[in-house]
Amino acid sequence: MLVVDDDPALSEMLGIVLQGDGFEPFFVADGSRALEAFRHTRPDLVLLDVMLPGKDGIEVCRAIRAESGVPIVMLTAKTDTVDVVLGLESGADDYVVKPFKAKELIARIRTRLRRLEDAKPEVLHLGDLTIDVAGHTVRRGDKTIDLTPLEFDLLVCLTRKPWQVFSREVLLQEVWGYRHPADTRLVNVHVQRLRSKIEHDPENPELVLTVRGVGYKACDDTG
Amino acid sequence: MFTALVNRWRHSLAFRVVASTLVAATLVVGVSLGLLLIRVTNGLVDANTSKSIAEANVGLAAAQQVVLQSSEGGPPTPSEGLADALMSALLTGSEAGSAFEVLLLDGSGPAIAELPERGTNLVQVSSVPVQMRAEVQLEGQEVWTYTTVRYVDSPDQPGLVVGALLPLGADVAYEVYYLFPYGELQGTLDLVRSTAWLAGVLLVGLLALIMLLIARHVVLPVRQAARAAELLRAGHLEQRLPVRGEDDLAALALAFNDMAASLQTQIRQLENLSRLQQRFVSDVSHELRTPLTTVRMASDIIFEQRDHMPAQLRRSSELLHDQLDRFEQLLGELLEISRFDAGAAHLETESVDVRDLVEDVVAATQPLAESRGSSIGVELSPEPCVAAVDPRRIERILRNLLSNAIEHGEGQPIEVRVAGTEEAIAISVRDHGHGLDDADLDRVFDRFWRADPARARTLGGTGLGLSIAMEDTRLHGGRLSVWGRPGQGALFRLTLPRVAGQTLPPASPLPLDPSTEVQL
Repeated sequence: MLVVDDDPALSEMLGIVLQGDGFEPFFVADGSRALEAFRHTRPDLVLLDVMLPGKDGIEVCRAIRAESGVPIVMLTAKTDTVDVVLGLESGADDYVVKPFKAKELIARIRTRLRRLEDAKPEVLHLGDLTIDVAGHTVRRGDKTIDLTPLEFDLLVCLTRKPWQVFSREVLLQEVWGYRHPADTRLVNVHVQRLRSKIEHDPENPELVLTVRGVGYKACDDTG
Repeated sequence: MFTALVNRWRHSLAFRVVASTLVAATLVVGVSLGLLLIRVTNGLVDANTSKSIAEANVGLAAAQQVVLQSSEGGPPTPSEGLADALMSALLTGSEAGSAFEVLLLDGSGPAIAELPERGTNLVQVSSVPVQMRAEVQLEGQEVWTYTTVRYVDSPDQPGLVVGALLPLGADVAYEVYYLFPYGELQGTLDLVRSTAWLAGVLLVGLLALIMLLIARHVVLPVRQAARAAELLRAGHLEQRLPVRGEDDLAALALAFNDMAASLQTQIRQLENLSRLQQRFVSDVSHELRTPLTTVRMASDIIFEQRDHMPAQLRRSSELLHDQLDRFEQLLGELLEISRFDAGAAHLETESVDVRDLVEDVVAATQPLAESRGSSIGVELSPEPCVAAVDPRRIERILRNLLSNAIEHGEGQPIEVRVAGTEEAIAISVRDHGHGLDDADLDRVFDRFWRADPARARTLGGTGLGLSIAMEDTRLHGGRLSVWGRPGQGALFRLTLPRVAGQTLPPASPLPLDPSTEVQL
């Protein structure tokens, strides 16, 4: 677990909470050293503050995302729309607004990590894609498509029930693990990212379809 | 056609200038040319008249000579010969052929023997007005007047008639009439008249053209200024007018540019100020939230261990935990308020059925209401109440109204109603608590105002909830109204336009005063 935060008190407190729940945290206080630390420690998850000295969280997030699909949870003090959307678009899987409760943060982290464990052998098909659920890989023909775990979860969730239209709220519950209504922009941003990777033409999606006024569904023709 | 003209009159300054110039010029030119024509005509006619009378006198004198000669030795006997002799005498004044006609008519009383009559060029007797003949017969003097000269075989002409009585003896007399058609004079007059018309039309046309040019010259810069002002209003603050010369128009352009420049500076200053404020809010937000997060997590850990603590420590940890919640809420609401004050709050509208929002919020607040012994009754409009609103903000308003109702509802039932019309949606929340008096009603939306300071703040409200609800409502272009009576509870009514920002009709779909409920 890599914690990137410039506030020593908060870092220490996060350390106490994470250790209390059995995680092993590493700390970086400077944005410019975050990537180096990431390569070094190979964490299962990154907790990233948006406002950092050196390099801001959004740049760090982009840099990490460029070389890894590791789950990234942003810690943000800003609730302004633009900042949240910017953070999500730079590749964060989820975000927690300060001040958050310890339990809430742990719940977020657990949801993001859970997926790495509960894998049963299962192969799904969507259009010309082959999805190996246990192996966490998506292939088009011989080519493997790199998806982050979150994008993978989103795709699997939609593909398992191609007959069902998922509302954004349901997806938030299924994929992000929110129990109460939360920010539906999370869903919008990640569906866009998923499409940009798996669709032939992301402008005219054929695999993940938008159902106006309701939500999203996977294309149904291969069953 | 007419309305088009009226429209142009109202909207185009150039058109108005040209049109009024045209009317005024037509009047002036018409009047002066008319006067000119009248004077010229009168002069010509007068000259013609005196010449004609002189000619007639020459003929008459000759004719009297003839009568005198033939009456030597008694009155002349009326005969054809006499008539011919008289005729030729009367025509002596004629120089260039027939510039005039002569009528020699029998002017004796009816009882006397008839005289032979003569006339030239088939001129009709009716050319002489009847009244004139009576005058000539009665007075025997020379009389003249204007008339129409009628011919048997050619078209009528306006002209002058000079008449006189030529007595032959007692009771026997000839009436002599000289008729002068205005043939030549008419031609001259016609020429003068048509020239005047042509000159008038040309003058008016040229004037209109000149005015059009001048008006365009003046109006174009004015129109330019209007366009520039429009652009300025639309936010193009760098818009300026070109300044040419030193005339009035240049002064207008200069004044406009000065105004634009000062507006620009002031708006820039305000923008800067607003940016600074937003920046400050955002910084404060971040700076406060980070330590608060640490404190909060620490408090969570302590709070979880409270069962193993001595009583005093346990209570302290509980207080710490609860008050942190309140602190957090207060911080959030303060930031929200300052975001409103900085003008940094924006709507994110979606088309939603307001009834769904109401049901969600009611479901979420139900546990709180139950803990206070209040039940929440919901009465929804049977039709969908779809409106373009920011659902997060509407939910927040509803949460604030409901928790307010629960806090002041004294365990009595709370009623929530939703109704809609074509233009508006209304939601009302009624409690049956201790109510509000008139002074309270004025202050209920004030920041940090509390209905009763002595009452325990059991729900830990911040005193900002209703202020924020009010700001959220304003952002939607809606209305948040309140009704209250001491001892009868209070009613808050939110009225929203179907499309956020549209003008709201004065009437709300729901009544504010619960006592008027029968009307619904």
